Amino acid sequence: MTEPRFRLIETTADAGLLIWGDRLSELFENAACGLYRVIVGRRTVKPLLRKSVHARGVDTPGLLVSWLSEWICLFDTEGFLGAAFQVDHVGGGRVRGTGWGETYEPGRHRLLTEVKGITYHRLEICRPDKRLRARLVLDL
Amino acid sequence: MEPGDRIRKLSPWKWELPVSYKKGMRVPGIVYADEKLMRDIINDKSLEQVANAAFLPGIVGASLAMPDMHYGYGLPIGGVVATKTADGVISPGGVGFDINCGVRLVGTGIAREALGGAEEVKKLVDALFARVPAGVGSKGKVRLSPADENKVMVKGAGWAVDQGYGTPDDLTMTEEGGCLEGADPAAVSEKARRRGREQQGTLGSGNHFMEIQYVEKVYDREAASLFGLEEGTVTVMIHSGSRGLGHQVCTDSLVVMERAVRKYGIELPDRQLACAPFRSTEGERYLAAMRCAANYAWANRQCLMWWAKEVMEEVLRLSPADLRWRLIYDVAHNIVKVEKHRVAGVEMELAVHRKGATRAFPPGHPELPLPYRSVGQPVVIPGDMGTCSYLLTGAEGAMRETFGSTCHGAGRRLSRRAAIRASKGRSIFRELEEKGIHIRCVGRETVGEEMPDAYKNVTEVVDVVTRAGLARKVLRLRPVAVVKG
Repeated sequence: MTEPRFRLIETTADAGLLIWGDRLSELFENAACGLYRVIVGRRTVKPLLRKSVHARGVDTPGLLVSWLSEWICLFDTEGFLGAAFQVDHVGGGRVRGTGWGETYEPGRHRLLTEVKGITYHRLEICRPDKRLRARLVLDL
Repeated sequence: MEPGDRIRKLSPWKWELPVSYKKGMRVPGIVYADEKLMRDIINDKSLEQVANAAFLPGIVGASLAMPDMHYGYGLPIGGVVATKTADGVISPGGVGFDINCGVRLVGTGIAREALGGAEEVKKLVDALFARVPAGVGSKGKVRLSPADENKVMVKGAGWAVDQGYGTPDDLTMTEEGGCLEGADPAAVSEKARRRGREQQGTLGSGNHFMEIQYVEKVYDREAASLFGLEEGTVTVMIHSGSRGLGHQVCTDSLVVMERAVRKYGIELPDRQLACAPFRSTEGERYLAAMRCAANYAWANRQCLMWWAKEVMEEVLRLSPADLRWRLIYDVAHNIVKVEKHRVAGVEMELAVHRKGATRAFPPGHPELPLPYRSVGQPVVIPGDMGTCSYLLTGAEGAMRETFGSTCHGAGRRLSRRAAIRASKGRSIFRELEEKGIHIRCVGRETVGEEMPDAYKNVTEVVDVVTRAGLARKVLRLRPVAVVKG
């Protein structure tokens, strides 16, 4: 059975994500996938165009928040919906990566939820077993 | 429910979390709730967030929570925290991402009958739905140039009035005149500006809405008469916030505050409470940016109100003189304001953080518009879309106990996914139509997420704040038509 990449968790007003990865880069890639699952659901977004993101953070969990915040900003400003992601560098308080996806088209893409931001509430990255696991809460 | 060492019942509507509840609390927590609401609050684990907020340096009085409280991030939704500006902190987590999410109530000169039957109401709500940009990813009709952006951030609702979207009377009837002074656009990032550039004049999604209602019951005839409202009067309620601009201001500020807590050696139980001394570069910059976002939100609600007026006049074929459209009041419920309050007999300047809570100044307060000083500040309390909403006025108890604050709405009870599960197999649209409420919404899942059962009973919430002396009931409103994103 394929190991899960992420799972949505419930809070009263918002939503959370549990994310897994074998390596930090994979954790960040899966987190971005999880974010877009909240925004646009399971519908197929085609990897037609490419966007790059750079972000910084005071520590690795903070860096994860910054990484996802950049993708939220790209959605809001350019309508970018991501389908697949590749992290080229993560470490030393910086992350650099690429997302492939499409520009939102009303009628073709059905958006589910507006994500206002990524909170620092219950933010955690740990390695409870052989995989890394992150937990974060989104503000909806 | 039995109070114990952890939670003390002070009265049928007031509970205390003593400082022993969690090590590190600087002040107790005070929760306004009856027994039934308190059971939901305990189950939802939001008391922990009331306790966490009590860690904020410079906090005075208590970490407060209103009866519509529920689990949030940092402060609970429904939380109120006041910190001393002299030596306390300011926290973006005490405001939230949707800075100046708020609500306004508009009165008219027409009665429910003028809206017509179901078919006519459907035409009206369809016209509103077509005119008002709503939903995730929606773009507004107002395109802001960089010069306009600055004006919106500095002038707030005044900018919208200058563009022709309202009158100066609207500003009088808006909290802070629809504009917080001290907004500095230089404190707002280019990312925040880009996010807000095409979203001015958009409703948003989730629990944001535009609703046509009528006055179902008047409790305080003097106040209702002053507001020009009587049983049967049609009203319109608009709930929206600062959109992407505000969300990004909060995101940017949290990054700065994360560094600030390390710099100033502030220890907190929840990273989302990240803060800086009020009188620090970081604190001042956040306040300046937050004020820009608050002003953007007031401009937003002003534009939305104008378009709603245009639709009502066109569809109902009424002249402005016949419609008699006027803003009753606009309140913010995610904001931090610098206010003077008496604490233990001493007047202090405080940063009052209201996160899902509403200002509720009593009769006689000098900040109220002159026409309202005899009755107190109107407090608009939206309920869920299937039951009712309320108009209250601020009362003296709020100034004594809650830094002039009260609840903001019904408060969520179910998570969004739990609400969607509960709505499976039901047609929420049809259930509401059978009650005479017509809904149009953009998101396929919005109606499920926002179904009435997802929310607490707003009447119970309002009963608690009125019994506690924080506000007075003026009237109850019944929805007829709702537009959601």
